[in-house]
Amino acid sequence: MSRRLMKDGRPLSPFSIVTMTIFALLWTIPTIGLLVTSFRTRDDAASSGWWTALFNPGNANWTTSNYQGVWNGQDFASGFINSIVVAIPATVIPIMFAAFAAYAFTFLNFPFKEFIFLLIIGVMVVPIQVAFQPMLNVLGPRGLGISGQYIAVWLLHTGFGMPLCIYTLRNYMSTLPKSVIESAKIDGCSHYQTFWRLVFPMSIPAVAAFATLQFLWVWNDLLIAKLFLNSGNTTVIVKLQQLLGTQGQGAELLTAGAFITMIVPLIVFFALQRFMVRGMTSGAVKG
Amino acid sequence: MTADTASITQGSRSRPTDPEATLRANPLKIALGLIGMVVVVWFLGNLFLAFGFYPQWFGNKVVIGLLAIIAGVGGAAAIFFFLNMFVEGLPSRLSEGVIPYAFLLPALFFVALMLIYPTFQTINYSFANADSTAYVGLQNYKTIFGDSEFWNSILNNVLWLIIVPAVVVGFGVGVAVLSDKLSALGEKVAKSLVFMPMAISFVGASAIWGLVYAYNNPGEAQTGLLNAIWTGLGGDPQTWLQISTAKLNSLLLMVILVWLQVGFAMVLLSSAIKGVPDDTIEAARIDGATEFQIFWRVVVPQIKGTIITVFVTVFILVLKVFDIVYVTTNGNYNTNVIANLFFNKLFAASEAGQATAIVVVLLVAVIPLIWYQIKHFKDEEANR
Repeated sequence: MSRRLMKDGRPLSPFSIVTMTIFALLWTIPTIGLLVTSFRTRDDAASSGWWTALFNPGNANWTTSNYQGVWNGQDFASGFINSIVVAIPATVIPIMFAAFAAYAFTFLNFPFKEFIFLLIIGVMVVPIQVAFQPMLNVLGPRGLGISGQYIAVWLLHTGFGMPLCIYTLRNYMSTLPKSVIESAKIDGCSHYQTFWRLVFPMSIPAVAAFATLQFLWVWNDLLIAKLFLNSGNTTVIVKLQQLLGTQGQGAELLTAGAFITMIVPLIVFFALQRFMVRGMTSGAVKG
Repeated sequence: MTADTASITQGSRSRPTDPEATLRANPLKIALGLIGMVVVVWFLGNLFLAFGFYPQWFGNKVVIGLLAIIAGVGGAAAIFFFLNMFVEGLPSRLSEGVIPYAFLLPALFFVALMLIYPTFQTINYSFANADSTAYVGLQNYKTIFGDSEFWNSILNNVLWLIIVPAVVVGFGVGVAVLSDKLSALGEKVAKSLVFMPMAISFVGASAIWGLVYAYNNPGEAQTGLLNAIWTGLGGDPQTWLQISTAKLNSLLLMVILVWLQVGFAMVLLSSAIKGVPDDTIEAARIDGATEFQIFWRVVVPQIKGTIITVFVTVFILVLKVFDIVYVTTNGNYNTNVIANLFFNKLFAASEAGQATAIVVVLLVAVIPLIWYQIKHFKDEEANR
């Protein structure tokens, strides 16, 4: 029985090749449909399927007017800026707070350490829906009065991302050699110095992994942005959701709008895929 | 005593400065640290109020955005800087004891404020009226349990919970196994394409699939992929998301979530499968096992832990599934789920009491998962 071999000496598996090709195509076709449709005119998109344009690109009326319409007319431009302004601090701030906490959990001793850590693991799966009514009261006009502003959303994402971030970073830090930290102590470093000069730089792989996931979560979030940002500060995802509600007039803008919301996550995905993978394999559960 | 020996003796005490000094409190550092923290919080508070109420001071949105990013990130760093200064100013014995809490408390403060306090407050509100001003006893629970929409949502949620995690794990295992048999390049490309939807938002995914499920009147060209195939096979065009017979529309919405999540399952399962030692597979092969037997009797038992992890993770996600249902059908046509019912009760109907009662039902459903998470962590620690 002789089987064809691949370059690396493993047997060639025609069944795998065929099945995976079909599967990968199935998984990609819906996205391609969106991308193609977003460059078609309103009349074209309403009168024929997007695949006809793909099979016969010469006859189709290609246009970028959908993008112009949604960027200026639907103000996705300001939504895009808002998304960036929301997502970057909402990624960095929880990491900063969680990294200190993870250091304490890994290298310091204090009473109730195990109990507090189990508490953090427990709240990881608590649905964030519990927070809405209480937080609308705390952050809203009845409380601090910051609901609607960026800072409200940063605080919420910081809180919701915190348990997972502490968990991921602690797991990573506990694999760092204890001897390094001991020698820093002998050299007279304070814990603050040890953290900034040694532990944090050594934890960069875990930090990058979590940051990638948190950034995508925050960027793609609908609920928190919808509830806690006023209409001037709202993100592209909320703008897209509002666009999805409209039928008829402006339907051609929807596909372009959807693609605008996807550009940044897709860049992050293709540039930082290995960090995403690392973050997920390190036990990423989010409530 | 020369300077050299002095530094050596001090080094052995692990303190570079005068040992006496660190035992005493340093009022200057304590004061600076405290003042610093107060000033940072005061400054940030005012800056953000200014962003909100006087945007014209800053020119345009990009300036506000840049300032907001710098202030948000820099402010968080500054708080830690001054907090540390405060702790270092304390007498050294006190400082050693306080350091863990100084590192821990800012993070715990957020967890307590955003997750623990709201959990109890939500339970509290669930016994109160629509605007949380007076207690009404069990009235909210009576109302939601007597509401057929609630039970319909529960039924749909249960269906989502039974179907989606299982299908995601099944596809995930399949893709992981099959792509492992491809060439290195083929594996990389195939996995990237399957993984890509993970980067897309639920709303974006709903827009993408809205195009697949699109409906045009009979006789017109069908622009939706599914209707194009369906009419191509001789059927009449269907408004797919309105057909609740046999829960078809719910199933079609589940497809969207499966499409999003298979990549996640694949990534975890693929790394687990690559971790299965080759000699166990070789041994089975020498014993004459078929590929099928090898998979079920050798590979699956060794990746069982990962399968359960993926299953539980997707399960937790599905329990709170909201965005997809909200933006496609908003729960109409018998597709409602718990999280969407909650959202509509809270905002469309302004029934905070009933809405929080629904969340409490969700919380109760999560309790076994909390127990599982803690057990899982303890097992992992034991194997470390």
